[in-house]
Amino acid sequence: MACLPEPATARYHAGDRVKVRTYDPPHHTRAPRYTRGRVGTVMEMHGVHRVPDDVVRGVTPPSSEAVYAVAFAAADLWGEGQHQVIVNLWESYLERQERA
Amino acid sequence: MSGTHTDSSISQQVRDLESTLEQRGVLSGLELDAVIDRFLASASPLNGARLVARAWVDPAFRERLLADGNAAIEELGLSMSGGVQPQLLRVVENTDAVHNVIVCTLCSCYPISILGPSPSWYKSEAYRSRVVRQPRQVLAEFGLSLAEEVELRVWDASAETRYLVLPCRPAGTDGLGEEELAALVTRNGMIGTAAV
Repeated sequence: MACLPEPATARYHAGDRVKVRTYDPPHHTRAPRYTRGRVGTVMEMHGVHRVPDDVVRGVTPPSSEAVYAVAFAAADLWGEGQHQVIVNLWESYLERQERA
Repeated sequence: MSGTHTDSSISQQVRDLESTLEQRGVLSGLELDAVIDRFLASASPLNGARLVARAWVDPAFRERLLADGNAAIEELGLSMSGGVQPQLLRVVENTDAVHNVIVCTLCSCYPISILGPSPSWYKSEAYRSRVVRQPRQVLAEFGLSLAEEVELRVWDASAETRYLVLPCRPAGTDGLGEEELAALVTRNGMIGTAAV
């Protein structure tokens, strides 16, 4: 279910498998550390928002990107657990994970 | 980010920014207080309780609330635009098969306009770090024991979206009106750390 219309620029869509980039920038970012390098499934898009990494560094103008709700299986995050964790992630935090 | 903010560098930065804005005549402390007061005066969990009760008695409203929270809450005179920038409201529905719970692991993002200021435990490092990893145990510590077959979804409000849990309507409430139902709805029920 999309909460807002998907812009033409959205790179990912519901059901896509994505991997959170394994980067560790010196500045503020909103990719939680526990998701980095982990693979999840795009659940829905949550609109287009300014990239916080640009905002905190004073990049003008900051870029704007699609933000997704990405669902991770607990076992893929922690090696155990049956639950799901859904995390909001900006598009540039993600890369496409081709199905094996 | 630490669990306490008072002495953190960001608090100092905010105080410095306030002073600079006042010294340069951009805004006065009174104006700033007025904005915050106006925002918080209408921010209360009673707002969320009204939304939940309406969704329980009006299936069409429930559908609209789940499909587009921002538009649906305007029907009850509520808005997600009272803060610094408008936020997306995503309402997640508990059922017999699925239980939702909300957290912000990076800081303390919370739907203030419809739930009021967040409880202190919501901002604690213990809650933020544990509920994404061991939600069943954390919920049990809140007194909520879920059946093994219930699927648990933990929503990490790590960006611009704010979440609200639509709890299950309790059994034995068929005869109650909307206001009586609203009185049953608790803040923790709308965060997902309790059933209603």
